[in-house]
Amino acid sequence: MSTLLDVDNLWVKFPTRNGIFDAVRGVSFSLGRERLGIVGESGSGKSLTGRAILRLIRNPGIVEAGHISLHGENLLDKSEKDMRAIRGEKISMVMQDPKFSLNPVMTVGDQIIEAYRLHAKASKSEAYKKSVEMLEAVAIRDPKRVMKAYPHEMSGGMGQRIMIAMMLIPNPEILIADEPTSALDVSVQGQVLSIMDKLVKDRGMGLLFISHDLNLVSQFCDRVLIMYSGRIVEVCDADKLHEAQHPYTKGLLGSLPKFDEPSDRLQVLTRDPAWRDAPSVEGRA
Amino acid sequence: MSSQSLTLRQWLLTDTPTSRRQARFAALYKGWLSLRSNHMAMIGLAILVVLVGSAVFAPLLAPHDPFVQNLANRLQPLGTEGHILGTDSLGRDILSRMIYGSRITLYIVALVAMIAPVAGLLVGTVSGYAGGWTDIVLMRITDIFLAFPRLVLALAFVAALGAGIENAVLAISLTAWPPYARMARAETLTIRSSDYISAIRLQGAGPMRIITKHIWPLCISSLIVRVTLDMAGIILAAAGLGFLGLGAQPPSPEWGAMISEGRRFILDHWWIATMPGLAIFAVSLAFNLLGDGLRDVLDPKDSAS
Amino acid sequence: MSSTHYNPKRQPRLPLPSWLKGTLVTLASISVTMLGLLFVTFFIGRVMPIEPVLAVVGERATQEQYHAAYLELGLDKPLIVQFSYYVWDVLHGDFGMSLLTARPVSDDIGRVFPATMELATIGITIGIVLGVPLGVIAAVRRGSWIDQIARVVALVGYSMPIFWLGLMGLLLFYGVLGWVGGPGRQGIFYEDMIPSVTGMILVDSALARDWGAFRDAFSHIILPASLLGYYSLAYISRMTRSFMLEQLSAEYVTTARVKGMSEWAVVWRHAFRNIRVQLITVIALSYANLLEGSVLTEIIFSWPGIGNYLTTALLSADMNAVLGATVVVGLIFICLNIFSDLLYKIFDPRSK
Repeated sequence: MSTLLDVDNLWVKFPTRNGIFDAVRGVSFSLGRERLGIVGESGSGKSLTGRAILRLIRNPGIVEAGHISLHGENLLDKSEKDMRAIRGEKISMVMQDPKFSLNPVMTVGDQIIEAYRLHAKASKSEAYKKSVEMLEAVAIRDPKRVMKAYPHEMSGGMGQRIMIAMMLIPNPEILIADEPTSALDVSVQGQVLSIMDKLVKDRGMGLLFISHDLNLVSQFCDRVLIMYSGRIVEVCDADKLHEAQHPYTKGLLGSLPKFDEPSDRLQVLTRDPAWRDAPSVEGRA
Repeated sequence: MSSQSLTLRQWLLTDTPTSRRQARFAALYKGWLSLRSNHMAMIGLAILVVLVGSAVFAPLLAPHDPFVQNLANRLQPLGTEGHILGTDSLGRDILSRMIYGSRITLYIVALVAMIAPVAGLLVGTVSGYAGGWTDIVLMRITDIFLAFPRLVLALAFVAALGAGIENAVLAISLTAWPPYARMARAETLTIRSSDYISAIRLQGAGPMRIITKHIWPLCISSLIVRVTLDMAGIILAAAGLGFLGLGAQPPSPEWGAMISEGRRFILDHWWIATMPGLAIFAVSLAFNLLGDGLRDVLDPKDSAS
Repeated sequence: MSSTHYNPKRQPRLPLPSWLKGTLVTLASISVTMLGLLFVTFFIGRVMPIEPVLAVVGERATQEQYHAAYLELGLDKPLIVQFSYYVWDVLHGDFGMSLLTARPVSDDIGRVFPATMELATIGITIGIVLGVPLGVIAAVRRGSWIDQIARVVALVGYSMPIFWLGLMGLLLFYGVLGWVGGPGRQGIFYEDMIPSVTGMILVDSALARDWGAFRDAFSHIILPASLLGYYSLAYISRMTRSFMLEQLSAEYVTTARVKGMSEWAVVWRHAFRNIRVQLITVIALSYANLLEGSVLTEIIFSWPGIGNYLTTALLSADMNAVLGATVVVGLIFICLNIFSDLLYKIFDPRSK
């Protein structure tokens, strides 16, 4: 499998009043044309990892890494201007809540057309046609009406499908999905995921799926990285998750209710401070 | 380890206070520590200390009587022997007048600070807590007062009441309370619907007790910030009224009135109007700096900077 | 008849479309505010003074004049009747006669108002043109030297007595440097040379194509207008900065960056678009504040506007003129509020 993205020894640091806080601590992994899940609790550094790849960590945050390379080109060496050509066109990102991630005062159409025309030299009418097609591809009924609508008029599920359409319209090679269904009703989560899955598969893209939901990730991804406190503690194939070795992963699995093994009491995860200090596991396939 | 062996600082900085009083003092002390690290706020505080000092010790500090005229010695420039800041058109020492003027400034600030926020707090909490028609009527009245430009309304009040310091204070207070009422009402509305107020109500506390013991204390910190920041505007308004001849009356050494006197000589004897203006600017700046600092300490959610 | 029997407890809701109902509610609330405003001025003018008649006719009035005014004000009638007379008069644009000018107060205000508006409009233009970009840049480059400068500029603006700064400006730019015209709206040479069309001298002289008069008027207005502009700049830049900071940390801004947009486009096309509505409110408010700030500025610069009129009336106890000017300024305040609410509804898609 050809490697699209390779991340080597990534650190994300924030200066605080009590010294420097390391939010991501020496993470290495690679991503091919596959679905790679990153699972971790809040504060484990999984979202920051996604944003660091796009170089979207803002001041005063600091990103350090051996390299973050896309097709062998180190993104850390790129100028801000070159980076803009990568964002959207090569690597794109879907964020958690469409209520906040769509601009409330621009129509849906304007936002999608803008995403397309930033990277493709296309006339307005071409971009419009392409946007309508893209909305159809994410199973939006009556796309012409939706193009004219504002984000607050959309439901959460529709909003997230619009977001996916907007992020995929420039035809990127990698999609980072940062908790894409956490803000949605359970009833539409599956639908949004299957649409995203289909599009990613059809286009042969690499997907970095960031979530706190171990079950979801194991069903949906090929490979899973488990993050804890800024480090990768374990790497598993998704279908072999039950063979996981690390006590944290086992603890997470044990704290989920199961239909086939009902128990009166769910396990409570006890954390070992040693997990925090152990070196990061390499997440390369 | 007995509490006697602790230093005061340790007692104040403990993570496990043993009494309510200790917790309260500890919170104050920690607030002070964080305020102290804000240089701008400390500059503001220093200026205000100087203001209070010069008001209290005016007779000791002032080199001359602020009211004694000496026409032979009028319009002396800066740096004249015995008159560092010169003399005005009646030969009075400008420095001495400014020092005595700090008393008037402090008097106005203190009075307005006692009247307007208290009135606003009362109206706002009652309005927010009672709801219904009381709320509608009280907020309508508040809106009507907010519909006037403050200085213009104050001018109209002074026109009806007559010029003078007390009337100026009253007029400024009458125009200053509505924002406090709005703020207190908003805070009351959020506090009122919280679970712990329901718990207190279930324990049988009446509205009076809830308002005075549970809602007021929570409004205080944002009120203090707001009052401090407003003081700057109040000083400017009072000086403006004085400048227009509607506040303190001559020969009172009120700073605004001093600027008004100096205005006639501005092109040839610029210092007469300049010096009291600098004093107004310094004090109003001091309140702004201190208010910004206090906001960071007391109201971290509002401080965007 | 039983079918049309009126049951007060179950009134059928008026079958009005919602926009009309909204408009009616707004209109009702505006009228209540305006009535309240009139009540406050009525209270100040007719109830608070011990001798309201003297306040209207002056102390040298004869017995007959006094008696006529007493009856005209309706002081022999109950307060509520007096108030309704007052409202009736104001609604007809009748604020009574001015003691000082011996003309109807409404005529006086119509004459002085354009001067204030000219001043305040140029002031707010300066405030917007400089204040908005300054606030945006300060937010984008938060913590940089330009943010520090913006902070100092605003802080000084908040703390400086406007009348004193005006005096200092006059001293420096007129007295020492001689760059601008002195107090007043025009030099003596140009006085009454321009036919009054709008009452705003810059506009009138431009209409008359008298560029000498235009330059003269400009040299007189530039200093007081810059002064007012500085005050609104302090406020507008500060508010713009805090609105922008809020938007720049919003998630949709990250979305725009993910799309690969330039920082400039992210700031202006996305974040700035979201603060437009709030900015309108701030600008309306600071325009209203300029009318107030102009009271003191007009005195310093002998500007024949409403602030000067109000203060002169005040000092000569000309109550009708004081109340008239107060009501007019209050009404403008309310109108500006309504106007900004209206723009809010037009610009914010979420309010529909």
